Amino acid sequence: MFDLDRWREIFESIKNNKLRTILSGFTIAFAILLFTLLFGIGNGLKNTFEREFAKDSMLSIYIRTGKTTKPYKGLQSGRKIQLKNDDYKFLIDEFDDKMQSISPRIRKNLTAIYKGEQNNYELRAVYPSYQILESAEVESGRFINMLDIKKKAKVIAIGRLVEKDLFGQLSALGKEINLGGMSYKVIGIFSDPGGDNDERYIYTPFTTIQRLYGNTDEVETFGITYNPKLSVDEALEFGDQIEKKLKEKHNVSPKDQRAIRINNYADGNKQVSIMMFVLNIIILFIGIGTLIAGIIGISNIMVYIVKERTKELGIRKALGATPKSIIGMILMESIFITALSGYMGLLIGSGVLKALGDSLEKYFILNPSVDSGVIIGATIVLIIAGTIAGYLPAKRAARIKPIVALRDE
Amino acid sequence: MIKIKKLHKSYPVGKDFLHVLKGIDLHIKEGEFVSIMGSSGSGKSTLLNIVGLLDIHDEGSYYLNGQKIESLDEKKAAILRNKFLGFVFQSFNLISYKTALENVALPLYYKGIGRKERQEIALNYLDKVGLKDWAKHLPNELSGGQKQRVAIARALVANPKVVLADEPTGALDSTTTDSVMELLKDINDEGMTVFVITHEQEVADQTDRIVTLKDGVIISDEITEKGKKTKHYV
Repeated sequence: MFDLDRWREIFESIKNNKLRTILSGFTIAFAILLFTLLFGIGNGLKNTFEREFAKDSMLSIYIRTGKTTKPYKGLQSGRKIQLKNDDYKFLIDEFDDKMQSISPRIRKNLTAIYKGEQNNYELRAVYPSYQILESAEVESGRFINMLDIKKKAKVIAIGRLVEKDLFGQLSALGKEINLGGMSYKVIGIFSDPGGDNDERYIYTPFTTIQRLYGNTDEVETFGITYNPKLSVDEALEFGDQIEKKLKEKHNVSPKDQRAIRINNYADGNKQVSIMMFVLNIIILFIGIGTLIAGIIGISNIMVYIVKERTKELGIRKALGATPKSIIGMILMESIFITALSGYMGLLIGSGVLKALGDSLEKYFILNPSVDSGVIIGATIVLIIAGTIAGYLPAKRAARIKPIVALRDE
Repeated sequence: MIKIKKLHKSYPVGKDFLHVLKGIDLHIKEGEFVSIMGSSGSGKSTLLNIVGLLDIHDEGSYYLNGQKIESLDEKKAAILRNKFLGFVFQSFNLISYKTALENVALPLYYKGIGRKERQEIALNYLDKVGLKDWAKHLPNELSGGQKQRVAIARALVANPKVVLADEPTGALDSTTTDSVMELLKDINDEGMTVFVITHEQEVADQTDRIVTLKDGVIISDEITEKGKKTKHYV
């Protein structure tokens, strides 16, 4: 297929018709450049959006309790509903397939002291799987694990800012901190995308706190992350089911709004995903719009080029060029220019995006970038469009009788 | 070489048909130097286009080099043109962005001859028309006479059977006209069949045989004084 002679003929034609080449090349390069920039900025907006809304796990459900407001089954209102360890087993038995993780939680506001430095923090007694709920990431050491739970160990994982507050530049790992009058060993330091607040939490094994504070089996809150395979609607349904089952178990009226409260993040999730969807459609629109503009541009230029070359093509035909070789010549020239200038537009576009980087963060554009697959796809679309746009006039030109092409002067 | 019998051609003009060629019979043997005379509208250009396989006749028969020309598709016509015919046009029809040498070499490209060989042959033919030194010049750097010489070299380069010249001197002054005709004569002397279309008597007089067309029919077919001395008509 590779015909050096034919390529040489095409290069000569390209070289000797600079205006034509620059004109069509510029159109393509500009279309791809615009496409890359707009798409990249759109993606930047999306990135900002995702970061703002994806602080904690988006898939979480929290269960809290309060006092009943309605009498039910002979029980009076005003009764305090208390979650207990057996609710943990109950929830796992009932909903194991719909849950990714579940953890009980007890919160205590305590003063932490280390060598004269002291501050108030929220201590959270949880299971290891609670890490998923917070999207916390261990920076050094480890998070609490099941062995800690079993041993009811007095260990803590502290937020990055707790370490900074109490230890300054030093490492807290392995040190003992006094929390509410009792000493805990630091086993890990974590960071949290949720920001400063979330990085001032201290996590300790759930069982430890149950033992240290009254040796109870009481639970304040359950935090659940649901199976990511659930759709938003299924997740909402899942939350409703939990509420229904727990109300049955604790003899709470189905109409009681206060006694058992389910906080289902799927609710907000739904709105976020609708907004993301809209944003995606807008980006897609921008992309398709730019591409169409580029396609129209290259089509016009191809029509013009073939028109301009009608006479030349007539001469070539009189000298023995077959229609096929005429079409081939025009197409290869157009494809070559389209591909090359498309690639240039792509390089410039992604170069500009890279240079912009995070400098537009205050305009809600974070890390603007485009998948190379998307750009290559766009370039291919333009090449195909250029081919079709060139093919039709080329075919017509190849059909024109040489006498017609040569007649005018 | 060229044998035409009862050739008819008409063009659609609006809803009507313009009957341009009304039964042409013409036989041109190999090595002849023939001119077709006629005023504009007599059908001479149409005849040349049909002979040159640039257009298709409606009725009658046409044999080129013994091969019957009928129902030609574009591809076959292109190949036959490349193989048998060389064209010289009134307006030269050189490709403006190619040098003289590249213009001359173009028919060889379509013949599938390699680049090096192409340029060698083309340079030879440019030398033949006296323009070897102008090989690297673009058409717009050449005079009218020079352009036509380049065009003639291009017509000859693929070694055709017939050279067809459509008003080859129409755009030239009398001095250059003479030199171009001289060149065509030389070519003919080397055995090439040359077929010239003109409306100038002086040009026609320099050929061996004058065929005069009027309103689509041949009204005369004469051997010139010059022609009487050649072997074809003795």
